[in-house]
Amino acid sequence: MADPIKVYPSKPQKVYYFGTCLVDMFYPDAGIAGVELLEREGIEVIFPQGQTCCGQPAYTSGYHDEARSVAQAQLDLFPEDWPIVVPSGSCGGMMRKHYPSLFKDTPEATQAAEIAGRVWELTDFLLNVCHIKLEDLGEPVTVAMHTSCSARREMGVAEVGPALLGQLKNVNLVEQIRPEECCGFGGTFAVRHPEISAAMVEEKVGTLVDTGAREFVTTDCGCLMNIAGYAEKNGKPLQGQHILSFLWERTRGNQGGQS
Amino acid sequence: MSETTAHAHPHVDVKEFHPRAHAAIHNPKIRQNFRKAMDGLMAKRTAAFEGWDLETLRDLGANIRLKALSNLPDLLEQLEQKLTENGIKVHWAVDGDEACRIVRDICVARDAKSVIKGKSMVSEEMELNHYLQDHGIEALESDLGEYIVQLADETPSHIIMPAIHKNTGEISELMHEKTGTDLSNDVEYLTASARQQLREKFMNADVGVSGVNFAVAETGTLCLVENEGNGRMTTTVPKCHIAVTGIEKVVPSLEDVSALLALLTRSATGQHITTYFNMISSPRKGEELDGPEEVHVVLVDNGRSSIYQDDELLDTLRCIRCGACMNHCPVYTRVGGHTYGTTYPGPIGKILMPHLIGLDEGRHLPTASSLCGACGEVCPVKIPIPDLLVRLRQESVDGDRLHPAKVRGHGAKRSTGEALIWKGWAWMHASPGIYRLGTGVAAKFRALQPSKAGAWTDFRTAPKLAPKTLHQRMKERGQ
Repeated sequence: MADPIKVYPSKPQKVYYFGTCLVDMFYPDAGIAGVELLEREGIEVIFPQGQTCCGQPAYTSGYHDEARSVAQAQLDLFPEDWPIVVPSGSCGGMMRKHYPSLFKDTPEATQAAEIAGRVWELTDFLLNVCHIKLEDLGEPVTVAMHTSCSARREMGVAEVGPALLGQLKNVNLVEQIRPEECCGFGGTFAVRHPEISAAMVEEKVGTLVDTGAREFVTTDCGCLMNIAGYAEKNGKPLQGQHILSFLWERTRGNQGGQS
Repeated sequence: MSETTAHAHPHVDVKEFHPRAHAAIHNPKIRQNFRKAMDGLMAKRTAAFEGWDLETLRDLGANIRLKALSNLPDLLEQLEQKLTENGIKVHWAVDGDEACRIVRDICVARDAKSVIKGKSMVSEEMELNHYLQDHGIEALESDLGEYIVQLADETPSHIIMPAIHKNTGEISELMHEKTGTDLSNDVEYLTASARQQLREKFMNADVGVSGVNFAVAETGTLCLVENEGNGRMTTTVPKCHIAVTGIEKVVPSLEDVSALLALLTRSATGQHITTYFNMISSPRKGEELDGPEEVHVVLVDNGRSSIYQDDELLDTLRCIRCGACMNHCPVYTRVGGHTYGTTYPGPIGKILMPHLIGLDEGRHLPTASSLCGACGEVCPVKIPIPDLLVRLRQESVDGDRLHPAKVRGHGAKRSTGEALIWKGWAWMHASPGIYRLGTGVAAKFRALQPSKAGAWTDFRTAPKLAPKTLHQRMKERGQ
């Protein structure tokens, strides 16, 4: 569940950037867009090269020793008291919500809890810590948004994406019915129960297409991969983008082609 | 605990989840019935809580349940004492078999040949109907949904709305075939027809069996929530009333009931109140004109006390059986209740059933969730269902490493191959140099990436590796 009351820090000079493994391998553009947005706000971004994965896949599959060994490898990467920003509600949720219980009764318990308290989902950080003001330089477009379940329920940022998109004057944000319903990704769920997962993403793509939008944005690469992958495979007129790529592309002017 | 008591139906193999899910997903009628019903229930719940401080109320509900559970043995003792003082006979059953035997013995002592039943999920858990029928006692369900399900020789597909998987047309056909009711899509007519058939049974039944929503320790009161009047008939018309309940349903005082009731009816069906709220505190007294001569309570354990031993799993027992987690579960909505093959389907079933049937039988249950968290978000008593699903996943694969093991069938899902894959995965991701090398090589040779990736690409295109990883690009930027 989301924190009952979030206490946002004041805007720092530096942040740690935890890129996540899916962003690293499949969506580095979204990762770079997040870095650019932070830098434009005057924040120095520290990217520890030792980072790999938050450990979530093993954690949710029940392999907690394995999850712990991977998570442990991340703990020493953030020695200074700077916020840790994550371009994913899901990995952010793992670090913020589940690290304390994963390391409970271990020597790293205090360190893990301290780190958990510094983790922020990146769009939430941009809106509520940086108080970002976005100037829309793009053409008029209609988009739908899908907030990942972890971003919505673990990180409590369901309102953040629409608030950011709302700052863009040429963006017409349309809402799908059942915006809170899962797209069916769920990490290993999509592999263990492919048919149920497919039935879920089929309906999710349907509700997104029904909005009339031909593009959607999302906070999480897992959902992006799932929804856009289903739409592409089944010839549905729907393109997807990580929200950070979308925000960056629309607000950076004509500084060249694809980021 | 007996191995045979907790199955939903003697002919249903819990492990056949995948084939049943396949069939349900490809059955447009099932998909439509559930989608429509769940959309309606979600909207009704939202409307029912309008103007309420839901979070505060949920906290209150959770605290009441936690307080009750933290004091469970004492409360049960108090309950037994009060019930006995009130003239209600108390029986304890270790498992479903014992509970069935107790019910039968009471029937035999009264020379009862027919039992009329109000809705009770614990009696489903015990498979009471089959047991009684096997012992020559007729057991008829009187809740409309349960009655329909019984006519169809099925099990409930939802804990609050047993026949929600059927639409009016299907129910009409079923009643026509089994009871001779005219074919009709008029719900009033069908309901009236069922009522007529049931009324006669009510008048002649020897024993009434009901469930219990809350058992109040302080006063020895059994509370029963219902909409159709069958609960009231069941508990007042026959000369003998037997209430069966899980041991976790006890609450300290009547004051606790009011908050839980407000949460229960709104969460379940979006109702502010139900049509009937029965409070049973004794058999008929000398001067009274109605009510049973005898009231019995069967307090059923059936695996509950083993959950009670574990601080984390204990939260499962907070459940007040509202079914909101099912109504909001995207998996339940797609596959329907029967797919699970368990007495309790949906999210609560996935965390409760492993305790009743063991993880060896129900090993797939905790995995059949995308961990979206919708269940935990709506649960009126804040059961952390997603966390418990993860805990049970751990129990099911962790072999003997998790000490002490609390769930029967612990480690049943562990396979050497899968364990090795995760070991390899952990090794790679715990070694930054190896990880960077591996992902860098994958990016470089991305043209060789296979376009097929198991079940993922049966339904979606494969995600495409980027030409350079974020690590590489950040390094190039000097970061």
